[in-house]
Amino acid sequence: MTVYGAVFYILAGVILIATGLAITRRNLVHSIVYLVISFFGSAMLYYLFGAPLLAALEIIIYAGAIMVLFLFIIMMLRVEPSALRKPTLRQWLPAGVLGLIYVAVAILVVTTDPGSQTILETALARPRVFGRFLFQRYWLSVEIVSFLLLIALVGALYLGKAFVKEGGDQKEDQS
Amino acid sequence: MIVPYSHILMFAGILFAMGIFCAVARRNLIMMLIGVEIMLNAAGLAFVAAALRWQQLEGQVFVLFIFAIAAAEVSVGLALIVYAYRRTGSLDPETYNILRW
Repeated sequence: MTVYGAVFYILAGVILIATGLAITRRNLVHSIVYLVISFFGSAMLYYLFGAPLLAALEIIIYAGAIMVLFLFIIMMLRVEPSALRKPTLRQWLPAGVLGLIYVAVAILVVTTDPGSQTILETALARPRVFGRFLFQRYWLSVEIVSFLLLIALVGALYLGKAFVKEGGDQKEDQS
Repeated sequence: MIVPYSHILMFAGILFAMGIFCAVARRNLIMMLIGVEIMLNAAGLAFVAAALRWQQLEGQVFVLFIFAIAAAEVSVGLALIVYAYRRTGSLDPETYNILRW
């Protein structure tokens, strides 16, 4: 096993442990912090797989913007620590059986594919090459995604604004 | 020389399953949204590994689009959660069982 392989297994272990801790914490702030650790590990994996621009974007967008947004919302709302849902045996038995069948089939498919056993070579897509490729072949998709982000912005603004208006009306009604 | 592609797929699959567990088993709207984020991240990891395996840049391009989708989904989802919280005063999805104002 080369150095890169060892780095991959270490990062994978750290990510899995951090995510497992994140999804089981009762306190939401703790799980957000564990999730930031997990996303930092994912960014390093992106770099290991030869995508330095995506690694930077992962830290900026996921670990930065999205997690800070979650933190703001958690601080804004009064969130009581929530327990895990406890389904009965009759509820989770079919789901568990079907999930186990999927896991078995997935392991079978992945391990019997002869091409998946070859060790990956390291490669690096420089940001300049990546950006040129993106805007030469997928410029229309970039425009569509920018439109989607604009719509999301308008939707979030509308949802925030609509309540203020109705809340004011309710107050007037009460008085 | 890194690792076989199958190991990366297994790792992404485990991460995706963790996201599903978080989205299904937690009694909190914010944790359900976080579960969706974990799933998107796992899909992105699989895409980048596939881009490395076949030496094609398309995989990385699609990860960029996944980032944009995740950002849009989180902004609208959190706005919806804040709206619903102000209406009902709770983040437990089991309290949202009335389909009227």
